[in-house]
Amino acid sequence: MEFDIGVFLQQLASPDYAKGALLSVGVAVLALVLATAIGFALALGKTSGTRWAQATASAYIWFFRAIPALLVLLIIWNAFPQLFPILRQDWFSPFLAAFVGLGIVEAAFMAEIIRSALLSVDEGQYLAARALGMAPAKVMAKVILPQVVRIALPPTGNEFIGLVKFSSLASVISLQELLTTAQVGVNITFRYAEYYAVAIIYYLAIVTLLTLAQNAVEKKFLWTSRKAPTRPAPAQAEGTATEGAPA
Amino acid sequence: MNSQLIPGLGPAPARPDAPVLEVRGLAKAYHGQSVLKSVDFSIRRGQVKAVLGPSGSGKSTMLRLMALLEPADAGRILLDGHELGGLGARGKPKPERALARERQSIGMVFQRFNLFPHLTAARNVALGLTAVKGTHHRDAHDQAMAMLERVGLAHRAGHYPSELSGGQQQRVAIARALVMNPTVLLFDEPTSALDPELVGEVLKVMEDLAEDGMTMIVVTHEVRFARRVADEVTLFDEGVIVEAAAPDEFFDNPHHERTRRFLSHVH
Ligand SMILES: Nc1ncnc2c1ncn2[C@@H]1O[C@H](COP(=O)(O)OP(=O)(O)O)[C@@H](O)[C@H]1O
Ligand SMILES: [Mg+2]
Repeated sequence: MEFDIGVFLQQLASPDYAKGALLSVGVAVLALVLATAIGFALALGKTSGTRWAQATASAYIWFFRAIPALLVLLIIWNAFPQLFPILRQDWFSPFLAAFVGLGIVEAAFMAEIIRSALLSVDEGQYLAARALGMAPAKVMAKVILPQVVRIALPPTGNEFIGLVKFSSLASVISLQELLTTAQVGVNITFRYAEYYAVAIIYYLAIVTLLTLAQNAVEKKFLWTSRKAPTRPAPAQAEGTATEGAPA
Repeated sequence: MNSQLIPGLGPAPARPDAPVLEVRGLAKAYHGQSVLKSVDFSIRRGQVKAVLGPSGSGKSTMLRLMALLEPADAGRILLDGHELGGLGARGKPKPERALARERQSIGMVFQRFNLFPHLTAARNVALGLTAVKGTHHRDAHDQAMAMLERVGLAHRAGHYPSELSGGQQQRVAIARALVMNPTVLLFDEPTSALDPELVGEVLKVMEDLAEDGMTMIVVTHEVRFARRVADEVTLFDEGVIVEAAAPDEFFDNPHHERTRRFLSHVH
């Protein structure tokens, strides 16, 4: 069997894959949002002086770092509806179960990222903000968080890429995400190479778009009044020298 | 000089010689190690007091307690006769939100500037107004620009801290404290982190402030500044005040052996 470029192109254009890719990205985005919210609370708990908050956060992180994400998804999808009748309804969809399951697992990892970002903010920043008379919530929102976001952004991008790939686990709870779409096609046609190649293209496209978006966001966090070049350019070629001049 | 730009000149106090800020019996220990041992210190409106002393003698600790950034173990802090910090109603420690309100009256300038790196100079200065006093953004910006003008940095308003020299950063930090219109301004070794050639520009701004009647407590190693600008010089050692006197007397005719020893090191 040869690689049939026609089959490949036909699938590449098929709305099934686009829909699967959208589901994968959707699960990853919502899981990351949930993980960041829980992770922020966990990080505050771990860095707080309160013993029970520290213990609770540590227990959560310990538990969800140990349990495979696949097992969490299976428990949420299969075990929970048996235990809680309210989940035996239509609104409890594979999509919801997938992003909640991946989100609560990912929170354990986001907690560590956010915690180390919080710890890397200079203590003098808290002192200066408090000395101005800022209430605790304002200190956090106006002074600490912007600096935390800047530090946490690159590792969070990595986590997001991981989540896009982990979303393929949701095939076990019958979510038709990107990889499942390919697998379903393969099961009918046995055209492995063509169908998997399409999946590769989609994953590459997703991660490329994400990287571009991340670069754009990181530029907003350069905190300089100049339009800085992407790379530091100490010795510029003569032809481009004028571009590098400060505005 | 536009009188609007001179903060700290509120209504005249009932008794002109009453202290505007006073601490009594201030004490603090870290890990069982006593750092401040029942310190009494006060300053009148418009006065400038310089605080000298060897490293580790508790100078920064006193300023942090006065600025309500940390609770004292014992003692009282009085601003215009009203008790700050300490215990609130029913003997409970005051909540952080209540302390935050009281902190507005006391400005603080730090050794390492502590400017907010994500904000331009103008927004560093304006943040206290918008986030604490609820000032409208445009109004806050105008006031921030006036303060930057006052420290000679209006032309750097749009620059971020990483784009400013140490001296410029410290002048922005002074503007940031001033714009809140504090009753007293505390300086914790404001020039110690600066390259020698940048010290002068910061001291100049502080001297101008003193001339305009700002009430200032300045922890410093700049002996010449203390002599020229301060109304009184205080020596700290091992958590106690060793000597407090007018500059000429302090430097030319110190009463205490420890003061003489200290001065022989810094001169
Ligand atoms: N937050 C703290 N925790 C523990 N020890 C501290 C703390 N702050 C200051 N100290 C100790 O208290 C003593 C006085 O410090 P400090 O007030 O900074 O002195 P100075 O400003 O005169 O150099 C020092 O021995 C210092 O190590
Ligand atoms: Mg100090």
